[in-house]
Amino acid sequence: MINEITIIGGYDKHGEKEPVKNISISKGEIFGVVGPTGSGKSSLIGDIEQLAQKDTFSKRKILVNNEEPSYEDRTNPRKKMVAQLSQNMNFLADMSVGDFLNLHAKCRGASDKCVNSVIKLANTLTGEPIKKEHELTILSGGQSRALMVADVAIISDSPIVLIDEIENAGIRKHDALKVLSGHGKIVMVVTHDPVLALMTDKRIVMKSGGMQKVVSTTPHEKKISKQLNKIDELMLSLREKVRNGELVEDIELNLEI
Amino acid sequence: MRMVIVAGTPGSGKTAVLIHALKSLNVMNLKSSVVKIDCLYTDDDQKFAKIGVPTKIGLSMDMCPDHYAIYNIEDMIGWAEENESDFLIVETAGLCHRCAPYTMNCLGVCVIDATSGPNTPLKVGPFLSTADIAAITKGDMISQAEREIFRERVYEVNPNCKIIEANGLSGQGCMELAEEMTKSKEVSLDNEELRHSAPLAVCTLCVGETKVNKKYHRGILRRIDGFQDYEGE
Ligand SMILES: Nc1nc2c(ncn2[C@@H]2O[C@H](COP(=O)(O)OP(=O)(O)OP(=O)(O)O)[C@@H](O)[C@H]2O)c(=O)[nH]1
Ligand SMILES: [Mg+2]
Ligand SMILES: [Zn+2]
Ligand SMILES: [Zn+2]
Repeated sequence: MINEITIIGGYDKHGEKEPVKNISISKGEIFGVVGPTGSGKSSLIGDIEQLAQKDTFSKRKILVNNEEPSYEDRTNPRKKMVAQLSQNMNFLADMSVGDFLNLHAKCRGASDKCVNSVIKLANTLTGEPIKKEHELTILSGGQSRALMVADVAIISDSPIVLIDEIENAGIRKHDALKVLSGHGKIVMVVTHDPVLALMTDKRIVMKSGGMQKVVSTTPHEKKISKQLNKIDELMLSLREKVRNGELVEDIELNLEI
Repeated sequence: MRMVIVAGTPGSGKTAVLIHALKSLNVMNLKSSVVKIDCLYTDDDQKFAKIGVPTKIGLSMDMCPDHYAIYNIEDMIGWAEENESDFLIVETAGLCHRCAPYTMNCLGVCVIDATSGPNTPLKVGPFLSTADIAAITKGDMISQAEREIFRERVYEVNPNCKIIEANGLSGQGCMELAEEMTKSKEVSLDNEELRHSAPLAVCTLCVGETKVNKKYHRGILRRIDGFQDYEGE
């Protein structure tokens, strides 16, 4: 059971000690990682993915439940604690959604009952319905992302989920993050999308390869996040209208929370 | 001399992964010499030269690259010894899917591309099933679910291998591969044996027959209905 991971700071690109010495993230918490291109977001994610033990360029150390994970825990792929989702990922398997989820469930020793739950959950995240008999490779970006999120939440039992920029996905991002943290995952999301960044509990600010500081999301930001989510919902519903060949007559935007 | 033989289909990421791993060995003050065996063409020597390791290429032309690699192991080891290297690294294009170039005491590494579909591990044959390590590349391009399925398929074919999820672009997993290299055994040429016997000429097509009609064919002939026959003397 993983309740908490701790990142112990190492060095930035210039070999200087990182300002953030250590930071812990608990089950059900959502953390953001922000910073300009080249600021070291991906290598931070990489360090967590590998549960680095001062053996990567940054010399960071990752503790799980306050202990060093064993070599076996770090390297046995079946015990992988980390699942990843990114913008670059696509479904390439030549199979129907149902067959594919069945195969995945079988690989993970999960019951085939979860196939329907995954599809049901995925459909709450995207406006375009996903059906069991759809071919994986023809799913739209939004459908694929929704299915990946639901699959990670239900079938992949990795307790840590790392998300690398899913901004242009055409899915209910807010709900996607909620689904993952609601399934007791530790969620880290690399993003500049304010809808996502403001819904995290804290965000790590990266600069020159180092963790510069940790910003806690203020109650005011949380409120703004909810408003942004309404805008996001509106965009998604307009998208559906356009997709269905309807006319967009007006927009109803009520930002009252 | 310790020998690492790296096999994998063209473009699977062998060179990319090796370059990261060899850099890690370099940091540990361990030197390597690389031989790239390919069929017709390769520019891998230039890529390896960039990180400053001695590199040689061998083109097998119309011969199976694995057979060619096996015939030349002695010379390659001799050359790596002249270079005072700790490791001989052989990168070979695993094209024929019937052979595997690994010897008993080498570290056999199969590099396999995760984007090639979940059935690929079932298709590639002995270069996966007799490997010590299966390095699965390009996981960054597919879903978590496909990565997990692919991994199970690899275990189905080779239950005892160590799987390393490697990324040729970011270098993820390559340090672990270097770590495994340092644990590999010394090879002794006199007693070194192949793990998997390599078929060579089994029929007249293997030795140059070009006519398609059945009546011209001799040797071990296997029909699509499963019937197998030996024609000839
Ligand atoms: N996205 C992604 N691309 C990769 C990865 N590993 C390698 N590549 C790319 O795949 C291409 C082929 O990589 P190589 O390392 O040249 O492959 P190889 O197996 O040595 O190829 P041959 O020597 O020609 O048989 C290159 O463009 C690499 O950048 C990976 O993990 N992810
Ligand atoms: Mg190569
Ligand atoms: Zn062969
Ligand atoms: Zn033949």
